[in-house]
Amino acid sequence: MITLPHYLIVSSALFSLGMLGILTRRNAVNVLMGVELVLNSANLNLVAFSRFGSGNLQGQLFAVFVIVIAAAEVAVALAIVLTLYRLRRTPNLDEADILRG
Amino acid sequence: MSAEAAVFYAFAAITVLSGGVVVLARSLIYSAFALLFTFFGVAGLYVLLGADFLAATQLLIYVGGILVLLLFGVMLTHKLYDLDLRSEVTQFLPGIIVAGGLFAILTFTVLRTQWVTGPGRPPSVTTADIGRLFMSQYLLPFEAASILLLVALMGAAMIVRRSKTA
Repeated sequence: MITLPHYLIVSSALFSLGMLGILTRRNAVNVLMGVELVLNSANLNLVAFSRFGSGNLQGQLFAVFVIVIAAAEVAVALAIVLTLYRLRRTPNLDEADILRG
Repeated sequence: MSAEAAVFYAFAAITVLSGGVVVLARSLIYSAFALLFTFFGVAGLYVLLGADFLAATQLLIYVGGILVLLLFGVMLTHKLYDLDLRSEVTQFLPGIIVAGGLFAILTFTVLRTQWVTGPGRPPSVTTADIGRLFMSQYLLPFEAASILLLVALMGAAMIVRRSKTA
């Protein structure tokens, strides 16, 4: 019998992997992939609570909004990464230190 | 082991293993294609949870939209002769410690908590209900999300535009 904690553990594994990607990658696009993993794990939690909770659809609706925000976030973030690449000729985040005094 | 458990473990393994490849692969292209399998695995878990509309949305938007956008990002931020597309890893040990500690804490909490589960919803076709809720009870967030998308996409186009004066 697959119950709620099964899904929550898969989701927390996905969240930790995404966190690892965000923390350890230098390439900005790769960091964005980590953010996508984190958002997917949150969505998995919402849908699992919707399935095993009080039986309404609110969790799934919330997940749809998360997907919308993720699409907008990727578009804006890629625009920023492209501008950074044009400015510094590098996609690496730790070389984007223009504001350092 | 029931069929449901077998399918669940298969999709969970696909999701977590390809998620690991996304984070640990040397090449950016490998990461992007592993992300494809992660999205497929999560969509399979959605189907198992009875969220058919959300699974279709996941495949359409994540695989068809966001993944292609990320691949464009990979291609546009590298020189053309730079074929191997390496992505270096920094501060690996602190990252492992933070992520592993996070996973340990989350798993501990999930296993120790006495989850209050309700009646649950038996798997059924959800598309009509979701559409009805969007058009009645959740109309304001729906419209706000559409305006947010419009503003974000216009902003993205404005940011990457080459200014003529510079």
